[in-house]
Amino acid sequence: MTTSSAALIEARGLTVRFGTITALDGLDLSAPAGQVLAVLGPNGAGKTTLVRTIATLVQPTSGDLCVLGHHVADQASQVRFDIGLAGQFAAVEPTMTGRENLEMTARLFGHGRRAAAAAAQAVINQLDLGEVAERRCSTYSGGQKRRLDLGASLVGAPRLLLLDEPTTGLDPMSRREVWDAVRRLVAGGTDVLLTTHYLDEANELADQVVIIDHGRAVASGTLADLKASVGRDVIDMAVVDPDAATAAARVLEDVTSTPARIDGVNRRISAVCSGGPTQLAATITRLDQTRIAVEEIGLRRPTLDEVFATLTASSTSSNASDSALQPAGLAATSTTRSTSAISSSGRIARP
Amino acid sequence: MTPVSLAPSIVARPAGPPSFLTATFEVARRVLRKFVRTPGLWAMAVVQSALFLFSFRYVFGGAIHTGASAYVDFLVPGYVATLVLFAGGGTAVAVAEDRAQGFTDRLLSLPISRHAIATGRILADFVTTTWAIAGTVAFGFLIGFRLHGAGGAVHGLAGLALCLLYGLVFTAVFAVIGLVARNAQAAQGMSMIAFVLAFFSSTYVPVASMPGWLQPFAKYQPITPMVDAVRSLLVSSTSDLVLALVWSGAILLVFTPLAALLYRRG
Repeated sequence: MTTSSAALIEARGLTVRFGTITALDGLDLSAPAGQVLAVLGPNGAGKTTLVRTIATLVQPTSGDLCVLGHHVADQASQVRFDIGLAGQFAAVEPTMTGRENLEMTARLFGHGRRAAAAAAQAVINQLDLGEVAERRCSTYSGGQKRRLDLGASLVGAPRLLLLDEPTTGLDPMSRREVWDAVRRLVAGGTDVLLTTHYLDEANELADQVVIIDHGRAVASGTLADLKASVGRDVIDMAVVDPDAATAAARVLEDVTSTPARIDGVNRRISAVCSGGPTQLAATITRLDQTRIAVEEIGLRRPTLDEVFATLTASSTSSNASDSALQPAGLAATSTTRSTSAISSSGRIARP
Repeated sequence: MTPVSLAPSIVARPAGPPSFLTATFEVARRVLRKFVRTPGLWAMAVVQSALFLFSFRYVFGGAIHTGASAYVDFLVPGYVATLVLFAGGGTAVAVAEDRAQGFTDRLLSLPISRHAIATGRILADFVTTTWAIAGTVAFGFLIGFRLHGAGGAVHGLAGLALCLLYGLVFTAVFAVIGLVARNAQAAQGMSMIAFVLAFFSSTYVPVASMPGWLQPFAKYQPITPMVDAVRSLLVSSTSDLVLALVWSGAILLVFTPLAALLYRRG
């Protein structure tokens, strides 16, 4: 057994290559236990490879990865005993009932017959699967299948639950179901590492986020940290005449010196700015001079989409360590700050 | 309804990983449950092999000359011995599907031995092959096969046991094919190659009737001694099992660990 103080994930120069493809490229990451960590990134960033490496399904090509104090390279069986994996596909046997699937997985985690039945029942209660537990999984809806899959990863009471894009392909109702289920687990004390490319999912579930791109950690911290660091402010406006959108965007870019985004449907134009109210005032003056009529204009906090776009763009053009955020990992200063924030505000600190 | 808060508090943590036997049993039980609960699988296993046997007996049989003995007595022992080469493709496809659909990932993420995953799969599919063999033997008797060997029923049972052994041996081979293929279509295609191997052997026709350049291959590839061993037990007065047993042991010893190794590779 490991001590509870071991880090959830400790990666040093973690590199995974498949032939000529480099999926993880010297990833550094240090995440303390006792939290929900979201790994964000575009498709192909290396999220799934990271999860599969943590789950010991993929061997690192080089570098080191420790999961709750055990090295994946030479202590794989201990790592497997500590984790539960729910991958991108619902890995349940369709010809077996929900209960049979759970009991099978519980036995494979090491439970005796009676304990396996008890664990299955507990998970059925917890994930609200009582009504469908005796039905074959082939009759389940997508959301029910994912919840069962989630349940199967839980029957061994893992210390770390790995969720790889847990809601990809689900309708909004089913996503809510899965989110609620994850929240209840977290409230019960399970640590979670989830990957997602839905920013709202990270927003809903995670204490900490790591953004990875091209196989490296580009930035990490709490959601608030991330928003604040990129964040400054966003000038956001809607023009009256759609034809004037391009001209308005040019004005905005002149003032803020950052690229503006145009949403043609809603006639909205926005850009991240560093000057806040001053630049807002300057923008209004310039718009007035060029006679562009504006329906509304204001300052707001950036959305996660904008954070994400800014960070992944900067990682390709410049060294990650030049980013406004801390590079690679929640280590050192960030760790102390964020863990204290978590312990003082409970496990899921969320507005 | 109030949300239930639990996880580690209610679900106890197991004392340790399961034993090899428990893990193998659970892996095998899932495969067998799927088989039993999918009528398309268990019904087709028998219907398909019966149809092929029927075709060989009544369509091709008249044109094939097997010397003194009737073709049905030549055909049935060989057909049953190599039945797994038809039926085993299902193992390759299922193994490839498990991988593609994430089920294998789930198994690999659990604290169980890779050998248990491979052994459980091979044993379970051996049971399903046994089912197909039993059905086909019954059908063989129905279309006129009779024991003519000197050893009578005892040798008959020994021949059946040998067929079951081949079932186990080639299930391991098909599991490896499924792991190498990585998708169901490729697994299906590669399984056809194993099936064709049965044609270049003494299974359906005497090797002596093949062109001279083909005879060495047909004579020395493993299927021919395996088929000949069964045939010798059932319909002739002599029996030669050594080569068949050596081949069976060798294939099993290579392919079962190879399957576990391929599972480990992930």
